[in-house]
Amino acid sequence: MRPFDYQRAERLEHASQLTRPEGGRSIAGGTNLLDLMKLQVETPDTLVDISRLPMAGIEDTDDGGLRIGALASNTATAVHPRVKADYPVLARAILAGATQQLRNKATTGGNLCQRTRCYYFTQINQPCNKREPGSGCGAIDGIARIHAILGTSDQCIATYPGDMAVALAALDATVEIAGEGERTRRVPVRDFHCLPGDTPWRDNVLEDGEIITGVTLPAPVGGTQIYRKVRERSSYAFALVSVAAIVEMDGDLISRADLAFGGVAHKPWHDPRLSDHLVGSVPSAELFDKAADILLDTAQGYGENDFKIPLARRTLSAVLAHATGTKI
Amino acid sequence: MTAKLKQDEPDTRNILDTMKQGVIGKPIPRVEGLAKVTGTATYAAEYKIDGCLEGVMIQAPFAKGTVTAIDTDALLAMPGVVAVIEDPRQTARAAQGTANEAPVQEPMTVTYYGQPVALVVAETFEDARNAAAQAKLTYDIEQVGSFDPQDVEAEVQEDSATRQGDLAHAVKTAAHAIDTTIHTEGHASAAMEPHGSIAEWDGRNLTVYASLQMLNYNITELADSLDLEEDRVRLVSRYVGGGFGSKLGVSEDVVAASLAAMQLNRPVRVVMTRQQVFQTVMRRSESAQRFRFAADSEGTLSGFGHEARVSNLPQESFAEPVLQSSDFLYKGENRLLELEVARIHRMTAGSVRAPGEAIGMPALEIAMDMLAEKAGVDPVELRIRNIPDKHPANGKPFSSHKLEEALRQGAEAFGWDGANRAPRQTRDGEWWIGTGMASAARVHNVSKAQVRVVLAADGTARVETDMTDIGTGTYTILAQVVGEMLGLETDKVLVSLGDTAFPRGSGSGGSWGAASVGSAAFVACNAVRDALCEKAGINTDDAEFKDGRLNGGKTFSDILDGTEIDRTGEYEPGDISEDYVASGFGAFFAEVRVNRFTGETRVTRMLGAFGFGRVLNEKTARSQCLGGITWSIGAALTEALLFDPKDGHVVNQDLAEYHVPVCRDVPDCEVIMVDERDPAASPIQAKGIGELGMCGGAGAIANAIYNACGARVLTLPMTPDRVIAAMPD
Repeated sequence: MRPFDYQRAERLEHASQLTRPEGGRSIAGGTNLLDLMKLQVETPDTLVDISRLPMAGIEDTDDGGLRIGALASNTATAVHPRVKADYPVLARAILAGATQQLRNKATTGGNLCQRTRCYYFTQINQPCNKREPGSGCGAIDGIARIHAILGTSDQCIATYPGDMAVALAALDATVEIAGEGERTRRVPVRDFHCLPGDTPWRDNVLEDGEIITGVTLPAPVGGTQIYRKVRERSSYAFALVSVAAIVEMDGDLISRADLAFGGVAHKPWHDPRLSDHLVGSVPSAELFDKAADILLDTAQGYGENDFKIPLARRTLSAVLAHATGTKI
Repeated sequence: MTAKLKQDEPDTRNILDTMKQGVIGKPIPRVEGLAKVTGTATYAAEYKIDGCLEGVMIQAPFAKGTVTAIDTDALLAMPGVVAVIEDPRQTARAAQGTANEAPVQEPMTVTYYGQPVALVVAETFEDARNAAAQAKLTYDIEQVGSFDPQDVEAEVQEDSATRQGDLAHAVKTAAHAIDTTIHTEGHASAAMEPHGSIAEWDGRNLTVYASLQMLNYNITELADSLDLEEDRVRLVSRYVGGGFGSKLGVSEDVVAASLAAMQLNRPVRVVMTRQQVFQTVMRRSESAQRFRFAADSEGTLSGFGHEARVSNLPQESFAEPVLQSSDFLYKGENRLLELEVARIHRMTAGSVRAPGEAIGMPALEIAMDMLAEKAGVDPVELRIRNIPDKHPANGKPFSSHKLEEALRQGAEAFGWDGANRAPRQTRDGEWWIGTGMASAARVHNVSKAQVRVVLAADGTARVETDMTDIGTGTYTILAQVVGEMLGLETDKVLVSLGDTAFPRGSGSGGSWGAASVGSAAFVACNAVRDALCEKAGINTDDAEFKDGRLNGGKTFSDILDGTEIDRTGEYEPGDISEDYVASGFGAFFAEVRVNRFTGETRVTRMLGAFGFGRVLNEKTARSQCLGGITWSIGAALTEALLFDPKDGHVVNQDLAEYHVPVCRDVPDCEVIMVDERDPAASPIQAKGIGELGMCGGAGAIANAIYNACGARVLTLPMTPDRVIAAMPD
């Protein structure tokens, strides 16, 4: 860890101002940033402590939705009565992540900004286009077990590792972002994270000086809500593949199928074609299989992670079968 | 005064059983437990020493070649940097267990990625770490052909080979034959406490606080590294936060801190980062193991073949001894056991948690399960049928053999149904449920050791040895052995360990600590008893030591009358080691759930029944077994070191990415301890315990996965992708 200035932001504008220069980074729970600073993957000049800003609240919105403050801890969110009652997929996703101790510290905003677990990203003497643009990608012809199969580029095959954001993508939540002055903007979670493309160093759409202030969930949609995380050990492990699903039946037909996937891409993966394919159809093994065909039609493995393609197919089928009460 | 016992004959007197204090075997909580859980137990790197500098090792960013220069001027110009220690005496690769000589030196000659080459010393850890990370090295790289052990030539280890009869012919003509190859991935020892040392040099004498398992060897290794006389070196390891083999030999941090302290005349601390621990500490080799069995229609073996390939660096003598228990576990007059070593440039392979059997036994037991299925025999019955009455190759007798009892007791307690073993019989929603079993075996080791026992004038006892307690319970079991022999409650026995100022113990490793130092304490106590009886004017044979009194009369303190009795006991295994095959045996039973879609496996029940001679402390013994079972679950399902194919570096180098089991992976496990006294194992009739719990357990889980869902997974760990690939649909 390198020496850095520490500043405590008293107001939101102050935080924005302090994090605008290159080398300014905001910190709340610090569960990811501090680890990366120890490894010198992150070497901020200034840490702007935003943890005391009044952004930890969770409150109802006028349209019947819910607004979760950027500083609400993962634990507080997961146990919130309305989250448990109306958005169980979110509670389940959060509880599937990390450990109790980490969830107590981790915040909504910080979790959205969690950086990849790619082995080559965290080892500073290895090539990584995300950490050091132009240095190459160590994973593509290296060990790519935990890497992406969708939306990759020849620059980067890292994944976004979190769980919470996958549920937020299924719920079609919106990220509230404060910028310079009074300017705020709202970005759908589904558009918040970027694909690596030619700019793999860019995890998400945040600009310098922008700070996440909260996440809003639309009015509850009901349905069967599932978060299914496949992993090697049953806690403190990142997803090999995860599926967040909100599925509703109308008689024999599927009337809602909002799906998002973790562990497969540089962002929580949401493919609108899946909903188009599933809604209005009678659930069956064939239907689910075709859904997987659609999901994975551009999937590409990198040797070590080839297994994620059949694993994503099988997990999707299991989740849809469970959600629709279909025997397969 | 030193009393010595070289054991050439089994000791069937079971003297400990004739003692009256009643503390031996009792489930006494660990005496140092409170200090550990309250944070008052001081570990090596935690000593507060004024003016202590911090050192961080510079590592080579390539696998094979030579560092020709380090830009020390640039490093010295960096904030806080005090010195760069380049010294040909620095350790290039840690000593293997019991090496007893300086480890490989000349660190500029690099043989694996991440090898420490020098040390940066700074006022703060962060400055040292930063400088080490920024160090500019000039080097010549030699190309390495491959980092993959399957791609290179291998050499057969002739000294461990057995060739008897004609295995190929036996297999060809057998009623039932098996020919299968099982792969296991490498393991990290993954001790919680990273390796760390503080060295202090007073101009003549060196004191090093270090995290080490075997001070009795480590002092020689360190002194030899530094060209110092041993009596000028003192090593202190009072508490060790897990060893698992990784702290057997003197490690890079110990020598680096020492060299720096001697050069700078200031105390220096060197603590490895978690990443450095994963990169430099010895790995367990991956393995490829081929089994060929020939059996008659009843499943009785006439042919037994176990051929394995493991790997290590060139020049390293250690070869993961995966054949160790295959040597004697099952029948088969036609035998072929061969171990070969592939030379590759991953970091050094060495002892990690039950070297050999930890991966050899699970693989063997998977192959045995395949034979049971083929022969249509209950897997438990198949094992019992194949227990030899003496060593199947050299004909030596077993010292004691509790495999059959363990199998039967375990099967009954588990509710084992061996009659109908067809896979895929039980399903709960998405989850297939199945059971499996495996034998456990781990050779018993015992070593020379010395322990000093002082019966003080106040009638209490002090026990001193440089033996370590690596979390296993040594402090407690020594208090129990001495308390039992001298007739004292354990709170009247003060045990001091982990300091080379004390007599040489055995060190902790190979599960030999309890039997070795326990026996040395036993020898010392016999001498103390004789001396006290002599003072009291009675024959030792007529004496009863209990509650600090002799024969219920005078207290020890009264008899001692202001004096004390000071005896050192030395135990050494003699002919017994040659004359008998000594081993711990046991049985594992597992129940698993396997998800039919995702291939995830969760262990829902696990039972181990073990025979390891006398139990010195029921609680610490059981805890050792539970730890072993936990590692079995790790070896079965999650643990694998991953190596980059381009430069051979370890890619999963922290506890988030190297998956040891978490609490949720470990069900409520049951442990049965089979009553046993092994008179040829040690004079206290005890054998090793620590490692047995992981010697076969992963095989029980593999066999349960097959029973659950029909996936015969032949590569460990059995991660979801491998289970899916092996599923029938």
